[in-house]
Amino acid sequence: MSTHNSYYIPNKATWPIVGTVGLFCLLAGFANYLNGSAIGVTWMILGLGVFVIMLAGWFTLQAIESESGMYNTQVGISYRMGMMWFIFSEIMFFAVFFGTLWYTRNLSVPWLGGEGTNAATREFLWPTFDAIWPTNGPAHLGGKIVDGKSTGEFETMHAWGIPFLNTLILLTSGVTCTWAHHGLLAKNRDQLIKGLIATVVLGFLFVSFQAFEYHEAYTEMGLTLGSGIYGSTFFMLTGFHGLHVCIGAIILSVVLFRSWKGHFQPENHFAFEAAAWYWHFVDVVWLGLFIFVYIM
Amino acid sequence: MSAVVAEHDHDHHDHGPAGGIKRWIVTTNHKDIGTLYLVFALAMFFVGGAMAMVIRAELFEPGMQFVQPQFFNSMTTMHALVMVFGAVMPAFVGLANWMIPMMIGAPDMALPRLNNMSFWMLVAGISLLASTLVMEGGAPASGWTLYPPLVLQTGKALPFAIFSVHLLGISSIMGAINIIATVFNMRAPAMTLMKMPLFVWTWLITAFLLIAIMPVFAGAVTMLLTDKFFETSFFDAAGGGDPVLYQHIFWFFGHPEVYVMILPTFGVASTIIPVFARKPLFGYSSMVYATASIAFLSFIVWAHHMFLVGMPMAGELYFMYATMLIAIPTGVKVFNWTATMWKGSLTFETPMLFSIAFVVLFTMGGFTGLMMAIAPADFQYHDTYFIVAHFHYTLVPASIFILMAAGYFWLPKWTGHMYNEKIGKLHFWLSAVSVNILFFPQHFLGLAGMPRRIPDYAVQFADWNMISSIGGFIFGASQLLFLYIVVDTIKGGTGEKVTDEVWEDASKHGLEWTLPSPPPYHTFTTPPTAIPTEHF
Ligand code: HEM
Ligand SMILES: [Cu+2]
Repeated sequence: MSTHNSYYIPNKATWPIVGTVGLFCLLAGFANYLNGSAIGVTWMILGLGVFVIMLAGWFTLQAIESESGMYNTQVGISYRMGMMWFIFSEIMFFAVFFGTLWYTRNLSVPWLGGEGTNAATREFLWPTFDAIWPTNGPAHLGGKIVDGKSTGEFETMHAWGIPFLNTLILLTSGVTCTWAHHGLLAKNRDQLIKGLIATVVLGFLFVSFQAFEYHEAYTEMGLTLGSGIYGSTFFMLTGFHGLHVCIGAIILSVVLFRSWKGHFQPENHFAFEAAAWYWHFVDVVWLGLFIFVYIM
Repeated sequence: MSAVVAEHDHDHHDHGPAGGIKRWIVTTNHKDIGTLYLVFALAMFFVGGAMAMVIRAELFEPGMQFVQPQFFNSMTTMHALVMVFGAVMPAFVGLANWMIPMMIGAPDMALPRLNNMSFWMLVAGISLLASTLVMEGGAPASGWTLYPPLVLQTGKALPFAIFSVHLLGISSIMGAINIIATVFNMRAPAMTLMKMPLFVWTWLITAFLLIAIMPVFAGAVTMLLTDKFFETSFFDAAGGGDPVLYQHIFWFFGHPEVYVMILPTFGVASTIIPVFARKPLFGYSSMVYATASIAFLSFIVWAHHMFLVGMPMAGELYFMYATMLIAIPTGVKVFNWTATMWKGSLTFETPMLFSIAFVVLFTMGGFTGLMMAIAPADFQYHDTYFIVAHFHYTLVPASIFILMAAGYFWLPKWTGHMYNEKIGKLHFWLSAVSVNILFFPQHFLGLAGMPRRIPDYAVQFADWNMISSIGGFIFGASQLLFLYIVVDTIKGGTGEKVTDEVWEDASKHGLEWTLPSPPPYHTFTTPPTAIPTEHF
C-alpha cells in the first residue's frame, strides 16, 4: 500500500449513466414486447445500441488510461478483486440452475411419483405418473410434433456425440488461452496473438456446434423449452452457458485486437487476465454441465 | 494536497465537483454518491411509508372502506419491495459510501466509476418497479416473496417487476464488489483488519452476502419469467416441476437478505454506543466473530420460512435447530452492547437514545424469531400477524431506528452544522412510543389467528387493529420531523459551529472525527498513520 498517494480517481464519469439508460430501455422494451406491445422491439434495439456504445466507449477509455500508465499496482489490485467477485456472483447464478436440476431430479419428481410419504400425492394427483428421469412431467408436456399435434415424446442428447466434441473444444481453448498468456509473459507477441486467435476460433466453433445441437433438438428430437422439467433445465443451463461462451469469446476478441495493437506488458495486462479468468470459469461450468446434464 | 490524488486528472483547473445538476449525474466522489443514496433512500422511505398508511387506513376497521382487495395486496407487496430495496438497503449503501473511506483512511472508494453506475442502476430498477403501479392489472399483488403460481397471475406488471429485480441485483452486486475492493485494498497501512471500525467489518461481511445472494434471486425470477412466457415448467407439477422449489430458492436468498439489512445496523450501533458510553466496545473481536458466524448461519436456515409446505420431518428438525443456533451469536452482540454501557459515563443525545431503543426492541424481535423457529409452534404463527410483528420489530425499531441514529450522529460531521437536539428528542420519543403502539398489538392479533395480507377481518380483531392503526399514523407523522431536521441541519441547523470531533472525545473512537467538519471533497489524500484505539 506504499503507492497510496497516486491512486487513480477519475473526476467524472459519463459512461455509467449512458449504460444504465441503455440497459433500462433494453429491459423496459423487452417487458413491453413480452406483453405483446408493438413498440417493444424498437426500444430493445435502441437500448441495446446505447448499451453497446457504452461498452465500446468505456473500455476504450480504460484501455487508453491503462496504456498511458495511469494505473499503478494498487489500482490493478482493485480491478482484479472486482473481476474475481464478479465471477463469484456468476457462479452463484449458475448454482441456482444446477440446484434446480438436482432438486427436481432427486426430490420433487420422485415425490410426484409417490416416493416416501407421498403415496397419496401420486394417487390423487397423477396416478399414472412413473417418476423416471428424464421426464417431461405427468402431463407429458411438449414433445415431437406429428401431424400438428404434440406427442409428448422426446429424446435426450447423447453425451458422446457433439457434447463430447464440445468438451474437447473448450478444454483445448483453455490450453491455447494459457499458451497465449505464456507468450505475453515471455514478450513473445507472436505466440500471444496466435494463442488468442486459436482460443477465439475454438470459442465460436463451440457456439456453432451448440446452435446445431439446438436445431436438432427442436426439429428432430422433440426436446424444447416446453418439454417439461427436463427441457426446462436442459435449455436453461446450456443456454445461459452458451451465452457466457459468446460473451467470453467477444471479450477475448477485444483482447486479441488490443494485443495486435501492441497493448499489454508482462507486468501490466489486467484485461488479458480478466478475460482468461472468465474463460476458465466458463470452461469449468461446461464440465459441470457435461457431467450432470449430459452424462448422468 | 489534492494534487497528489488527482495528478492524472484531465481537468487540471478543477479538482472539486462539476457544476449544477451535472455534478450529481457524472460524479465519482464517494461523498456525492453517498449523499445521492441517502437522499434517494429517504425519499423512498416516505413513498413506502405512504403505502403503509394506506394499509393501516384500510385495516382501521373491519369491512372494506377505502381500497379494492387487489390494490390492498399491491400495497403490501410494493410497500415491502420499496422499503427493502429502495429505502433500507440504499440507505446503508449510502452510509457505506460516506463513511468507509473516512473510517479506513482512504482517498475514495476503490472503483469510483462502478460506484456511480451502481447508484443509477438502483434508480433504474426502482423506476421500473414503480411504473407497475399504473399498469393494466395493477402492481404485483402476490406479496414481496413473489410466489408462483399466484405471481404468474399478475397482469402486465410481471415482466417489469422481474426486470426491476435484475437491475436492483446488478446495482447491489456492483456496490458490494466496490466495498470489498475498498476494504481490502484501500486501507491506510496502519489500519489492520482487526483495527477496523465495526461498521466497516459488518459491511465487509454484508457485501459477501450480497454477492452470494443477489444472483440467486435473479435466477429465481428468471425462472418465473420463462415459466410465464417461454413454456418452461420449473414451478409447474404438470411438467415435473415444483412450486415449492421457488420457495427454497427465494428463501436461500431471502433469509441472508434480512441479514443484509441488519448486519450494517449492528455495525452502526457498535460505533455509536461506545462514543456516548465513553468506553471502548466491551468485546471488539467477539463482535467481529459473532457477525461472521451470523452471516455463515444465515445461509443454512432458509427453510424456517417454509415449515408448513410439507417438508420431510428431517428437514423440519434440521431447520429448526439450525435457526435456534443464530440466537447464540445474536446474544453475544446484545450482551456486548449492554456491557459497553455498563458503568459508562452515559449521556443521552438523540443518536444514543435511538441506539438504546434499538438494543431493547431488536431483542424483542429476536425473541419472537426464536419462538417461530420452533417448528411445531410455528404451525400456529405462520402467515399470521405474529410474524408481521416479528419482522417489523427487527426492521423498524432496529434497522430504521439505527438509520435515524446514524443520521443524527453523522449529519454534523457531513454538514458542519448541529441539528436541533430538542426536535431530535421529540422525534425519538414520538417514534419510540408510537412504534410500540403500532406493532405490539400485532402479536396479539397473530396469536389470535388473524392472517397477514388480507384487507378485511373478523370483528374480534377490531380493537387491536384500530390501536395499531393509530400507532401507525402517529409513527408516520413523526417521521416528517426527521425530514424537517435533515433539511434544517443542511441549511445551518442551530447555527452552532461544530468541532472536528463533534461529540466529546469521539476522535478517540474513529478516524472520521479527526477530519474537519464538513470533511474535504477528497478524504485522506495522504494515509493517516495514527489509528484511534478506543473502539477495539
Ligand atoms: C434471532 C434471530 C431470528 C430468528 C430466530 C428469526 C426467525 C424467523 C422465522 C422462523 C421466520 C418465519 C416465520 C413464518 O413464516 O412462520 C421469520 C420471518 C421473518 N424474519 Fe426473522 N428471525 C430472526 C431475526 C430476524 C432479523 C434480524 C430480521 C430482519 C432484519 C428478520 C426478518 C424477518 C422477516 C422479514 C420475516 C418474514 C418474511 C416473510 O414471510 O415475508 N428476522 N424469522
Ligand atoms: Cu429467516
